Amino acid sequence: MSTETMSIFSPQLAAKFDALVLKYPVKRSALVPMLLYAQDEIGYVSDAVIAEIADRLSITPLDVRNVATYYSMLRFKPVGKYNVQVCTNISCMLRGAYDLFDHLQGTLGIGHKGVTADGVFSLEEVECIGACCWAPAIQVNYDFHDELTNDKVDAVLATYRAKAKGATTNA
Amino acid sequence: MADVTFTVDGKKLTAPAGTLLIEACRKAGIEIPAFCYYPGLSLQAACRMCVVRQEKVPKLQTACTVQVGEGQSFITESPEITQARKATIELLLGNHPLDCPVCDAGGECELQDMTFKYGAGESLYVEAKQHREEQKWSPAVYFDRPRCILCYRCVRMCGEGMDVWALGIQNRGASAIIAPNGGDHLDCEQCGMCIDACPVGALTSGTYRYKTRPWEMNHVATVCTHCGDGCKTTLGIRQVNDGAEIVRADNRDKSGINGDFLCAKGRFGFDFVESADRLTKPLIRNAAGKLEPATWEQAIRLVASKFKEVRDRNSDKASSSSIGVIGSNTTTNEENYLLQKFARTALNTNNIDHERTTDYAGFAHALAGTTGRTASLRDTQTAKAVLLIGGNPTEEHPLLAWNLRTNFRLNQSRLYITTDSPIKLERQAIKSLQLPVGLESNGYEAFTEFLNGSDSAIEATSEAKSFREAIEAEESLIVIFGEEYRGQAIESLVKWGLKKAGVKFAYLGDYANSRGAADMGLLPNLLPGYVPVASPAAFTEEYIGLPTAPGKNAVEIFDAAGNGELGALYVVGSNPVATFGVNPAALKSTFVVVQDIFLTETAALADVVLPSASLYEKTGTVTNSYGDVQLAKKAADKAGVKPDFEIIVRIAGGMGIDVKKLVPFGKTNGVSADMGQSRGAQSGEADRHAVWLTANHLEPRLSPFDPLAVLDEIERLIPAYKLDRLNLFGGNDVASEPGFVPVSSIASARDLILPSHDGLFTSGILGAHTVALQELNQYQHQFEHPVVTETAAD
Repeated sequence: MSTETMSIFSPQLAAKFDALVLKYPVKRSALVPMLLYAQDEIGYVSDAVIAEIADRLSITPLDVRNVATYYSMLRFKPVGKYNVQVCTNISCMLRGAYDLFDHLQGTLGIGHKGVTADGVFSLEEVECIGACCWAPAIQVNYDFHDELTNDKVDAVLATYRAKAKGATTNA
Repeated sequence: MADVTFTVDGKKLTAPAGTLLIEACRKAGIEIPAFCYYPGLSLQAACRMCVVRQEKVPKLQTACTVQVGEGQSFITESPEITQARKATIELLLGNHPLDCPVCDAGGECELQDMTFKYGAGESLYVEAKQHREEQKWSPAVYFDRPRCILCYRCVRMCGEGMDVWALGIQNRGASAIIAPNGGDHLDCEQCGMCIDACPVGALTSGTYRYKTRPWEMNHVATVCTHCGDGCKTTLGIRQVNDGAEIVRADNRDKSGINGDFLCAKGRFGFDFVESADRLTKPLIRNAAGKLEPATWEQAIRLVASKFKEVRDRNSDKASSSSIGVIGSNTTTNEENYLLQKFARTALNTNNIDHERTTDYAGFAHALAGTTGRTASLRDTQTAKAVLLIGGNPTEEHPLLAWNLRTNFRLNQSRLYITTDSPIKLERQAIKSLQLPVGLESNGYEAFTEFLNGSDSAIEATSEAKSFREAIEAEESLIVIFGEEYRGQAIESLVKWGLKKAGVKFAYLGDYANSRGAADMGLLPNLLPGYVPVASPAAFTEEYIGLPTAPGKNAVEIFDAAGNGELGALYVVGSNPVATFGVNPAALKSTFVVVQDIFLTETAALADVVLPSASLYEKTGTVTNSYGDVQLAKKAADKAGVKPDFEIIVRIAGGMGIDVKKLVPFGKTNGVSADMGQSRGAQSGEADRHAVWLTANHLEPRLSPFDPLAVLDEIERLIPAYKLDRLNLFGGNDVASEPGFVPVSSIASARDLILPSHDGLFTSGILGAHTVALQELNQYQHQFEHPVVTETAAD
């Protein structure tokens, strides 16, 4: 792959993409997994991500956007280091998800799709995250937290805040 | 495929198995409404307008995706179906702005028509209108988002049809929108096909928007004046103070040689007709050396008397007359024919030439004595295999490129390409071979040798050899080549092809009537139909006083002018001073007459300038690069100008030439004969033209300014132009056959050929005078064009 040297991705991810492209009869079939992996690494689907993926698949950036904009789990703007997704579908709603969401809005001082000033947290109201048995539930990046109350949520936030601090002091 | 019989609305229909129901019904005269379905493009089934009831199938089916099978039964109109369509319309209108009174598509909008037919009086579905400002995607294409009904026609047209992929769909659900590749602007070939394909007014044309309404225009089908493909274009005409103006060009009726297609030049490049730079009055150089306006009478009188004077001064030296004539690549066949006849019989000179962009004489000679070996442009749409040598059709022959792509998409045709640099069409090629550049000899000539079996001609890699083997294995093949081949090179390539039974040729030239100019004998050594002037055969009797020595070609004419040996120069519709780089001082002692639509570099040096009509303002036939003859019809009109045909006739009349001999018109056709009844068609003394007219059931022409009188003569004298008039006058293209050429030597000088290599937004003299094309050219210059190797097709 000639693009390797210019890649905006880590060498590991670039290598993964090179292998991924070969898995399919048509290169562009690798588009959706590539977008997901890229988002995990970069944090969001930036213009640079779109450009490089288009280049790797020999399609136009527009083609990448066509697909990417179809999926609501792909984002085009940066989110916080920890993206808090609050489920407000029926089970969670009945067990107080909106109270929880309001509480989070108050605590973090941001609304739906907002990002805190320090960039640590972002908040999102989302469709079902598949934790109905333990509603209400939130998902922070890939971690689940369920059977929540306002107090429990504060504790959850505190652990992430601590983690974020640790990361910055260590850095 | 085998035919199947099925029932639609109680009628028994037959169609090949696998035909789409919507197509089968349309062929049988049953119209099924649809927005997203577009013949030739991939299926979308997005709009749900074409729903029909299929027997034994529980849900309504979309007619655009159902393939007919034996014994099936369908109902296309019923209260249930009407209700379904009504609901679809209701949803579509949910966010539609209903601004029909100002929308460009008002009056020719498919949604409007469907709403009249199926729409409900009141809507149960109410949604807040999401207003968005209209967007200017490029100088040519505007987008009005709320009007869009998401039929995806533009996306498919741009991607599949044009292979540009400039449009796509973004977001999901109710917020889905059509988006261009630049986010807010288009980077594409600017063909405007998306505008034509759009069933509503979501995409509108930069040159037409908010100007008029469809029913206020006359629609005239004529031939595009820009490139050598000769697309049919339908011009929307509106009356204005000084004539009739063109407000729109498109081919929405999908008729003619180009079907759906029209490129940026055809669609937007018509505004030169209305350019403020147009010449509208004859100009005569006064004593002070300045061109000043004059009347037509003054100008014609001056030109006629000068021509006569110069001709008679040199009457003793018939062979080296001191008058030179340069013809045009964009005037009609009749005008070209008349011009050379006028030059040869009235001016007594064979010093006639035109700006040659391709060596058609060489091509005709190479094919002499064969028939059925030339490919019409239509053939390129259905050919099983095509070999394209050199050139870049996407840029220079957009319709050819469209045909090749369509043929690949719909018929899986095999396209072989060999060029010296990569071209976009290679994406559709089964094999492509890059010729080495910078060889001592022409790389293309070496390629012919390679085809003929000489392995050493080009570097015979295994790739090259397999390319040759694949071509050899093709049973039928269209060989398309361009100006890279001239003279002897054409001969050897054609010779190679003639060895195989199924090979046909097409030779690409540049302008609307470059082929016609050569066919009509705007050449110093060849008469119409490539008959050598030295042995004029049938022309001896027709062309009284025809000089039989070959005249000077364009370069020699200007050399003569430079030496002070040229008494007069008559330039029609071309700009040789710029093209050949003539030193203006060379024309100092020559009487120069230029008739053109603009004050070109040549016209600026002239003693008399005559304003002529453009191809959109006159009637006549033109021949495209492939020899397809089409009828151009007068669409626009401009006060003050005259068609070239009329100007030539008027000059001839002013010179005291018997106009009836030049243009056969009037009941007795210029000869006081008895129409041939008593002496028969074989009699040499009878009026041959009248006899021929009678034999062909044609009426004598009654005006010397009727170009079709000369078409009669062309048909009579040039075997290649035996045209099917019913088709020609019906607006269809009629193929001519260059094989009817005397087999005698035609040597053509290589250096005389100056290809124009006009791109998508440039067009010879005209390009500089169309604002729309200039804008597009400038706009498109800001983008780089990466060559995408894999198409995004699923």
